[in-house]
Amino acid sequence: MGKVIKVGMADLNVAKSGDCLTTLGLGSCIGITLYDPISKVAGLAHIMLPSSKSIKNNSNPAKFADTAMDILIDKMIKAGARKTRLVSKIAGGAQMFSFSTKNDLMKIGQRNAIATKEILKEKGIRLIGDDTGGNFGRTIEINSDTGILFIKTIGKGTKEI
Amino acid sequence: MKITLDEINNEQMDVLKEIGNIGAGNATTALATMLNKRIDMKVPKVDILEFNEVTELLGGAEKKICGINFDVDGDINGNIMFLLNMDSSKKLANMLMNKEDHVEELSEWDISALQEVGNILSGAYVRSLTTLTQLDMKISIPSLTVDMAGAILSVPIIQYGQVGDKVLLIETELNEGNNNIKGYFFLIPDVESFEILLKSLGVLE
Repeated sequence: MGKVIKVGMADLNVAKSGDCLTTLGLGSCIGITLYDPISKVAGLAHIMLPSSKSIKNNSNPAKFADTAMDILIDKMIKAGARKTRLVSKIAGGAQMFSFSTKNDLMKIGQRNAIATKEILKEKGIRLIGDDTGGNFGRTIEINSDTGILFIKTIGKGTKEI
Repeated sequence: MKITLDEINNEQMDVLKEIGNIGAGNATTALATMLNKRIDMKVPKVDILEFNEVTELLGGAEKKICGINFDVDGDINGNIMFLLNMDSSKKLANMLMNKEDHVEELSEWDISALQEVGNILSGAYVRSLTTLTQLDMKISIPSLTVDMAGAILSVPIIQYGQVGDKVLLIETELNEGNNNIKGYFFLIPDVESFEILLKSLGVLE
């Protein structure tokens, strides 16, 4: 059994040789996982916002979908992954509270999911698993041996994608 | 210049703490009046914390908690969030429904009772803020959710994320008889509103 590496909010990390990456209690944020099935290198970023471009306080690149993706890909290549082989699974992007139509920020989950998919397309990385949306939180774990993404919720059961 | 939570000085922090004290005090009085019971409130803790510290305070990112959210609009725009752990939310619901049971799950009745009490507490909190600042503020109907602390907190954290990397938290502890209820308030003004708020309180030029 490998070890389980915890990734916090606005943070990212890479795992290999049987280790797992996990992030707990994703709400509107997105857990972006990347995986190279040949070198068995996995990466996970827990992003909070779609883009670093419109925000003043953008000193932490792991907070934004656009900047986190670049750093995660670099880190994975350094760990032995090849960019052309990377596939992605994403989870999160929920809307935790049920109203607030006028408040754009409340739809941040949806905006995060859209931005993440656009960036993946830009980078030429295939999205092979998507568990975004809804109004509930998720804990996710990716296994670097199999690339399987395990998703746990409260009241909505667990699943694997 | 836009001011953020990371940049505020001691004097501004003291004023924000005082608002927390007065707001929570008025909220307790409102609750006591509604229940016609004697309710004591402990002097709340008002603090600026890092994201992760708040999650830990609530028992970790996966811990099941109850969150009640309100939109604020008027001269100040933003949100108010009231958070309770499951034990406190059940005790508070029982107190409101005048019953005693020890089930941790919330029924639909419990949820609407909690939304109502959230309304009263947040309403009282906003009224004290309005009186202090002379600013006009209205709160929306409440929206309640029970889920992982990390997921619920991601909502205010993302909003604060636009202003800074820290959150302004007001902890209140209510006591009625043997019932001890611990709740957390977040007041989340948007970037412009945070400045308006500090200006109207006379702590920002």
